[in-house]
Amino acid sequence: MIAWHELIGRLPFEWAHYAFMRNALLAVLLLAPLYAALGGMVVNRRMAFFSEAIGHSALTGVAIGTLAGLADPLGAMLPFAALLAGGISWIRRHSSVPSDSVIGLVMAFTMSLGVVILSRGGSFARYAAYLVGDILTLAPRDLALLAALLPAVGILWAGWYNRFLLAGLNPPLAVSRGLRVGALDTAFSVVVALVVTLSIRWVGLLVVNALLILPAAAARNLARRASAYLVWALAISGASGVLGLVTSYYANTAAGATIVLFAMAFFALTLAARRP
Amino acid sequence: MTIGGRVILEDINLHVHCGELTAIVGPNGAGKTTLFRAMLGELPHTGERHFMQRDWATEFRAPRIGYVPQRLDLDREAPVTTLDLFAAATSRRPVWTGVGARARAEAQRSLAVVAADHLVDRPLGRLSGGELQRVLLALALQPLPDLLLLDEPVAGIDPAGIDAFYRMVSDLRRRHDLSILLISHDLPAAARVADRMIHLNRRVLHDGPPANVLADPDVRRAFGTAPAAEPRPEAAP
Repeated sequence: MIAWHELIGRLPFEWAHYAFMRNALLAVLLLAPLYAALGGMVVNRRMAFFSEAIGHSALTGVAIGTLAGLADPLGAMLPFAALLAGGISWIRRHSSVPSDSVIGLVMAFTMSLGVVILSRGGSFARYAAYLVGDILTLAPRDLALLAALLPAVGILWAGWYNRFLLAGLNPPLAVSRGLRVGALDTAFSVVVALVVTLSIRWVGLLVVNALLILPAAAARNLARRASAYLVWALAISGASGVLGLVTSYYANTAAGATIVLFAMAFFALTLAARRP
Repeated sequence: MTIGGRVILEDINLHVHCGELTAIVGPNGAGKTTLFRAMLGELPHTGERHFMQRDWATEFRAPRIGYVPQRLDLDREAPVTTLDLFAAATSRRPVWTGVGARARAEAQRSLAVVAADHLVDRPLGRLSGGELQRVLLALALQPLPDLLLLDEPVAGIDPAGIDAFYRMVSDLRRRHDLSILLISHDLPAAARVADRMIHLNRRVLHDGPPANVLADPDVRRAFGTAPAAEPRPEAAP
């Protein structure tokens, strides 16, 4: 950590003199591979609407944390997101209602419930930071959490990636090869929910899903195999993260949304460069 | 078995023998695909499965089932190649790290059986319907199953591709003494390759040699088929 601050502090840029920017840069570099890896599978499995809903439902998580009197609502947001993800995964498999209807319904309900609770007494403005995010509020403890999450997802990706891929391509085919498709779907949904929820405070729930989806969607324009897909998503996710963060410093804008604009630019570029 | 309180299948009792190719026919919604999914264990059911092994000396194991799905609806941009699919299904190494030389050689060997080894590096979305079915068949045979389930394997494939696919299936069956269950809407084609035909509509309505089942007035009414004896005109080259 100290070495990181020394190393970046030596860079000949104004922003590199500030500890909050060095923290933010480290966070962006830790988040980029998480977004790239999970986003690729989210796009493959067509779960973009699911991850969007998880982001928006975070308001209810915040509300629960506030009602429970927690100093840091994250303690309520993470379990709530995990439960919600598991619940949606279960309903998707056990109900005949189309899954996008289920997700839309859950999103509308959890978002409204959160707004109603948080706006009691007209004080919703206090929670605006959750909407657009504030990457400069990052504490060293948050960085430690991120640094622990990255190897955890790495291990999951080393052991289970093939199963997630196969179960996403064709569930009965995966079952015929001995995979427990339902458990895989729940596990993946919960991991996505945790990463999305954890990053909301820094990037904002309005744009967090774009950070997950855009690098993967751009990588699809270039990649034809699974390995190249991840490499491109990593590169685009990392590049838009760093460019967006530094731009947001000079332009004095919200970092999350600025990163999304860069990711969007990469998407447009790859779309133009796409092989026929 | 029931789904959402509705009885989908009841009183189904099938004996499938080694090396036998059984065609399952029935109207849409008859429960054909549901039967397969229940056999795979994907859907809950109250049925039982008994697996009689030829060789009593080997220890008991669950039957291995190979499955060729109805149709893999892939978006054409999906960055997954035939090799990725094989490696994901058969090897432990996560495919995002690439695919090793051995897994590649194995996939190619499996694909060669269905004359598809040249498709190994092709993205799945760029395969034609017939090519994709051959790839999925090769995958279902790796490792060699005791029972092969084919769900509408030729839907949407051109006539020449259908003939080639069925020739391949017949050949594999003879070579490996495979038991095969085949769901098909194309009754004449199914009758030509099958030893036995089952007419299914929530329960087994007919079960016997294809010619007998097709000759049954009920079946002919249900499907509007020509008599089984009438040869089908050959597909134009």
